[in-house]
Amino acid sequence: MSLKIVVLAKQVPDTRNVGKDAMTPEGTVNRAALPAIFNPEDLNALEQALRLKDQFPGSTVQILTMGPGRAAAIIREGLFRGADGGYLLTDRAFAGADTLATSYALATAIRKIGDFDIIIGGRQAIDGDTAQVGPQVAEKLGLTQITYAEEILKVDEAKKHITVKRHIDGGVETVEGPLPIVITVNGSATPCRPRNAKLVMKYKRALGAQEKAAITQNGKTLPYAELYEKKPYLNLMEWSVSDVNGDLVQCGLSGSPTKVKAIQNIVFQTKESKTITGNDKDVENLIIELLANHTIG
Amino acid sequence: MNNIFVYCEIEGTTVADVSLELLSKGRKLANQLGCQLEAVVAGTNLKDIEKQVLPYGVDKLHIFDAPGLFPYTSMPHTSVLVNLFREEKPQICLMGATVIGRDLGPRVSSALTSGLTADCTALEIGAHEDKKAGKTYENLLYQIRPAFGGNIVATIVNPEHRPQMATVREGVMKKEILDPNYKGEIINHDVNKYVNDTDYIVRVIERHVEKAKNNLKGSPIIVSGGYGVGSKENFGLLYELAKELHAEVGASRAAVDAGFCEHDRQIGQTGVTVRPKLYIACGISGQIQHIAGMKESGIIISINSDENAPINNIADYVIIGTIEEVIPKMIKYYKQNSK
Repeated sequence: MSLKIVVLAKQVPDTRNVGKDAMTPEGTVNRAALPAIFNPEDLNALEQALRLKDQFPGSTVQILTMGPGRAAAIIREGLFRGADGGYLLTDRAFAGADTLATSYALATAIRKIGDFDIIIGGRQAIDGDTAQVGPQVAEKLGLTQITYAEEILKVDEAKKHITVKRHIDGGVETVEGPLPIVITVNGSATPCRPRNAKLVMKYKRALGAQEKAAITQNGKTLPYAELYEKKPYLNLMEWSVSDVNGDLVQCGLSGSPTKVKAIQNIVFQTKESKTITGNDKDVENLIIELLANHTIG
Repeated sequence: MNNIFVYCEIEGTTVADVSLELLSKGRKLANQLGCQLEAVVAGTNLKDIEKQVLPYGVDKLHIFDAPGLFPYTSMPHTSVLVNLFREEKPQICLMGATVIGRDLGPRVSSALTSGLTADCTALEIGAHEDKKAGKTYENLLYQIRPAFGGNIVATIVNPEHRPQMATVREGVMKKEILDPNYKGEIINHDVNKYVNDTDYIVRVIERHVEKAKNNLKGSPIIVSGGYGVGSKENFGLLYELAKELHAEVGASRAAVDAGFCEHDRQIGQTGVTVRPKLYIACGISGQIQHIAGMKESGIIISINSDENAPINNIADYVIIGTIEEVIPKMIKYYKQNSK
């Protein structure tokens, strides 16, 4: 048996390691100061996909991502770890998309990919933490979903069934669903395997069209230009709105029912606080004070 | 028509706390908007379920009672809400930011092409002016949530699409019974009119739910640790202090991610929201997601070697020092003085 698997992956700013220069003095986010990374839970999803590929020879794993030209790095990273290929959905018309417009765009691209058994992605992305895109893609494709997956336990080809262990509030459950299906994976699932040295050698020069254009924009020539003709797999696929027959009204800002009304920088209301040292006398006085006003004891 | 709907989550035959909290919030929003509050329950053997729901001020309760609706699976519950909402056209729909709410909400919003905001920390009613379109909207739901890793707080509105949908975590809103004898209308729906047989395609083979192992939500004192605690071993100090004070131990996301503490003790936007009498923050820098989950604590003590840690701004007492140094002293002087 072989499976056709599409991994949904997103390039995100690393919001977990926000330095002091991450916010501008005006209180907006300085995206340039944040490194762009492979969304962590999408890596957990990739690992589940690669395990199925190991288990069922002949299976293929394709990465689908949406973003600017530099997001081709996500496909490359996937290739380094064992994916077979990928698609970068990239167009100005996709910009400003909320989760609904994002899932619309992804669903149109998945329809274009066509033949698939499993769509799998991380539960949520660290720049939004919404966990909405997976279920919304499923709904748009008319498929069911299994969210919060911990592990794919079994795929039964004859019955076209998949068995998944998932987290629920206060526990776990094992569910069985039909293929094709959309699955979202938790960060607590098995971590992704590291890059494979051979695959890094094979794909390190793989580039998307916009990345190539960025290299050659000042009249520079593309290094190893002949390689891209000899080895077509080094040309990473980019799709625009028209490539996936997208309806412009449903894409980007215009396809987004939610609007950001206001953004506030985090300014805590400073309380009048009492600062003490960690020396014995200070700590003892504090404890005595807390006991006296019945906060403790 | 045009009312506020709350989707009530069911475990067995019990309505989840988060849903009751949202009914209380929904009641207040309904009063403000001059509309009714309606609730939806979907499950199996829901006899007398109204007794759990109506006292929160619910004007109309929609009951969907059929085998196969418990345990929850995505498709049947989506069909219930999507088809009901097509008839009832709610202006607002609230659900818990639980595993179920975060599985169901996006599916429903996608089917209705309505906007959904996840994990709101506040909900308000207000106006919105779209300057580009030259339009002003009255009485929109302000969906307020930390965003971008908690470095900003965003207010989201859905001007054109209905229902305006939002999920809210357990503990964020307060549960308050309005009137134990509140009179609301009960509608027992014919489930077959809303759910297709083909919707029951995911089978729950095995299910294991435990009551929460800790009592973070109910504990009057919480000793909580962040990344600055440094190690799992140092977290042991927090447990020692907690034992003395009859407190529970909590953690920030950074500490949980670093493996210092179990996930079910995480406090903050993506964990539990708490409001204890005393909150002792140990080595917690104070990212907004964490603050969102504990800022309503009565007294906050911050123990931190960094005097500029953001959490110090909301603390009542700041102790400048390391965990290893300060906590043993707190235990020592508590023992000495509490007798």
